[in-house]
Amino acid sequence: MSDLKSNPVVTIHDRPNSYIGRSVPRPNAKRLLHGRGNFTDDVRLPRMLHSAFLRSPHAHAEIVSIDTSKAEAAPGVIAVVTGKDVAEICEPYVGVLTHLQGMRSPPQYPLAMDRARWQGEPVAAVAAETRAQAEDALELIGIEYSELPAVTDMEAALEADAPRIWDEYDSNLCWERLVDEGDVETALANSAYVAEAEFDFGRHTGVTLEPRSIIADYNSGEGRLTVHHSTQGPHMMQAIIAKAFQLEEHNVRIIAGDVGGAFGIKIHTYGDELACVALSMLLKRPVKFIADRLESFTADIHARDHIIRGRMGVDADGKITAIDYDDITGIGPFSMYPRSSGIEINQVLNLTAGWYDIENYRARGRVVFLNKAMMCQYRAVGHPIAMALGEGLAELAAAGIGMDPLEFRRKNLVPDDAYPCKSVTGMPFEKLSHHATLEKLAAMMDYDGVRAEQAKLRENGIHRGIGFSSMIEVTSPSAMFYGVGGAPISAQDGCTLRLDAKGNVFCAISVTEQGQGAEAIVGQIVATALGVSQDRVRVITGDTDNVPYGGGTWASRGTGIAGEAAVQAGHALRSQILEVAGKMLQAEPDTLDIRDNQVVDAANGAQRLDLAEIGRVAYYRADTLPPDFQAELSATRHFVPKAFPFAFTNGMHASYVEVDERTGIVTPLKHWVVEDCGTVINPMLVDEQVRGGVVQGIGGALYEECLYSDEGQLTNGNMADYLVPMAAEMPDIEVGHLESPMGESELGAKGAGEAGTGGAPAAIMNAVNDALRPLGGQITQHPMTPERVLRALGKL
Amino acid sequence: MSNRITITAQVNGEKVTRDVEPRQSLVDFLREELELTGSHVGCEHGVCGACTVRLNGEIVRGCLTLAVQADGTEVETVEGLSESGEIADLQDAFLRLNAIQCGFCSPGMLITAAELLDRNPAPDRTQIREFIAGNYCRCTGYQTIVDAIETVAKERRDS
Repeated sequence: MSDLKSNPVVTIHDRPNSYIGRSVPRPNAKRLLHGRGNFTDDVRLPRMLHSAFLRSPHAHAEIVSIDTSKAEAAPGVIAVVTGKDVAEICEPYVGVLTHLQGMRSPPQYPLAMDRARWQGEPVAAVAAETRAQAEDALELIGIEYSELPAVTDMEAALEADAPRIWDEYDSNLCWERLVDEGDVETALANSAYVAEAEFDFGRHTGVTLEPRSIIADYNSGEGRLTVHHSTQGPHMMQAIIAKAFQLEEHNVRIIAGDVGGAFGIKIHTYGDELACVALSMLLKRPVKFIADRLESFTADIHARDHIIRGRMGVDADGKITAIDYDDITGIGPFSMYPRSSGIEINQVLNLTAGWYDIENYRARGRVVFLNKAMMCQYRAVGHPIAMALGEGLAELAAAGIGMDPLEFRRKNLVPDDAYPCKSVTGMPFEKLSHHATLEKLAAMMDYDGVRAEQAKLRENGIHRGIGFSSMIEVTSPSAMFYGVGGAPISAQDGCTLRLDAKGNVFCAISVTEQGQGAEAIVGQIVATALGVSQDRVRVITGDTDNVPYGGGTWASRGTGIAGEAAVQAGHALRSQILEVAGKMLQAEPDTLDIRDNQVVDAANGAQRLDLAEIGRVAYYRADTLPPDFQAELSATRHFVPKAFPFAFTNGMHASYVEVDERTGIVTPLKHWVVEDCGTVINPMLVDEQVRGGVVQGIGGALYEECLYSDEGQLTNGNMADYLVPMAAEMPDIEVGHLESPMGESELGAKGAGEAGTGGAPAAIMNAVNDALRPLGGQITQHPMTPERVLRALGKL
Repeated sequence: MSNRITITAQVNGEKVTRDVEPRQSLVDFLREELELTGSHVGCEHGVCGACTVRLNGEIVRGCLTLAVQADGTEVETVEGLSESGEIADLQDAFLRLNAIQCGFCSPGMLITAAELLDRNPAPDRTQIREFIAGNYCRCTGYQTIVDAIETVAKERRDS
């Protein structure tokens, strides 16, 4: 084996012909633009059946009886299964993480057993020759329900006489956590001003354009299960499916082809997907399930849904004295497996106002079971809530004492020379740059100019507002996020490289691609570490039979963790290549380098060998190499962060909006973001992560809400009534970067996938309130719909 | 559901004849019967635009059009427009400017963009945003898509 020390190159940042920091296009995007992608629904297998699900029409009901006989006799139908049929071959699962102490949730089965507990919960499944036949047969299943009172209001659900979702529990509480640091009461009593508000965040959901999709293919001949799955975590799904169906993990292969958007929606255990696997196991042939849009709205996870009463005290100089809040969040009837439905509120309690220097901090978080759709981690988990709460109170406090919002932040943000340090809630920060970020943002947006324009237009009755959000973001989490709580979720990633006979490179890596450009970034890193052009690197992801073990793509972890594994694998393969080259050239490997696909003399760059020649000799003419030498042209390296539980990043948003006081319509005019995510590999792709994230944040702030009736019926479960951001309403978004690298990795990259979504709602809300303030209005309810804005103005 | 109807259409320049169920949508016909999987199914109720295809030269929602309505027509999908090279400049600009993330909306977005530039060779950014407002993209935030269409419009005018 080669020894890295014999080739002392240096780091990825010293390589000639580097791709680090270059906005090169994504090699894997071209086929998608030609309609030649390979999404799960594009896959057709021999003898494949299609499944469809009958879902509970009630939010809470006893299942008295199920008659499947007519459906079984329907044309094309091969099988009809109920909860009990599936439970015979699929073990139940429990969505509790042990490090969230005291959390409880009952065992869950793929299909409802004796009771249905949300409208949309799958109750029975049909497998048929076509999707249409399967759907036809659903109408022939006879189910008698006995309706039970639905628990749909998170505060009423905790009252002593509230109906209970679980007979075995003494209340509808899933989990509660308290934080109490310093002396909040005294600090608030001694404050010059206390800002106080109730913040309401509606439920919304991911609305991935490609719905959840799965094909399970059980081959009874070899006892192996192959699952084509639109997922963010192939190894996690391998572990979950193997456990549920009592298979060994190496007999479960998960293939994630192209994934049409995920955002955290496609990283959970869904009963309909496990039931599709069960059908394939029972029928011993491939079975496909593609969620339609209506069932996506009721059966995909929902997110947010918080009511928070909060206070923030400041002294006469504008220094924050204390923050105090009570957050209650409504989840579904179960905590979602395996990530649990408690992480979002845990993030809120950990992160709120964590960018400020605060000593007194008190918070209560309660998670409540409801008869509504399941709730779990969605892009920027907890961050939009933590930012909107902390920054909402901050701008209310600043306004309360007549202080400019940027001056307020200059006084309170953790100083840039204070690192490393911890937040009041104990979050360790390695290196952040809040003040430099603020100054860069203020310059980028021409803050004084925008303020002047705002004032001038105000004279003409045009009400514009400017709002900000400073922020921190959890990225690249260590095993302290999920692994510590017992979940089969890997915090590490691996990268395998091998040189082929023509001098090209195969790269198999354990992160997945769902559009961010993970494959492109990995290709840039490998090409740089090796010294080859990026078109010589073929990156393979999303296949548990063919990539190293790893966590997948979520929590802004791909570049920070898998990127470092790619760096180290690149160094290792480079050393191996130079070892072979040294034998061929009778030179010391450390006198050689690889540049522009050639082995060269390190000293002067003179070309010595093409990489194809290395491949040819190593693979076809090993007889010409010394007899005691074995060429190795394949290397695997892994990386997991250990120094910090999370690689925190920081950033700041500014929003400029116009509010029409007659209609209540909020129009975002412009949005600016400065983001410090450590080393930037591809600025174009980071900008696009931020922009897409901002628009998702604007969706939650202005448009998106899953509306439920008191009986637990989702009343707007379609794309005509549930509004998502479309092109016409969205602003242009300007993005700037600072780089405070992660110290533990050579690459120094952190993550950037969720910063847009985390910070945008707070900035938009603050901008709306800046516009409303002279009109006497204030709004802290998301989404800020025209009706709610008019109510805030007292016009409704 | 056995009352099938025979239809014949010119799809991407090829004459195809199939027996279809009257209820089958055009996008399901293209995907299931012809295995042209570039047109995607996103919402099946005419809002998202992922199934956008051309029918006799005009863009339609593949999910709101029945396969039987395609009888005797010319249908063009992203596969055909790619192979003919008609949208090559749009595809190139989408790639260069990263006006694509997951790629699920891209075929519909490209066909819509091509229609816009046919109708209006010099759209401003607001006009571009309004014209593509029937095509949902969850990933990009739309800005680079607008950039790419604006770039191609200018390049076409300059050439």
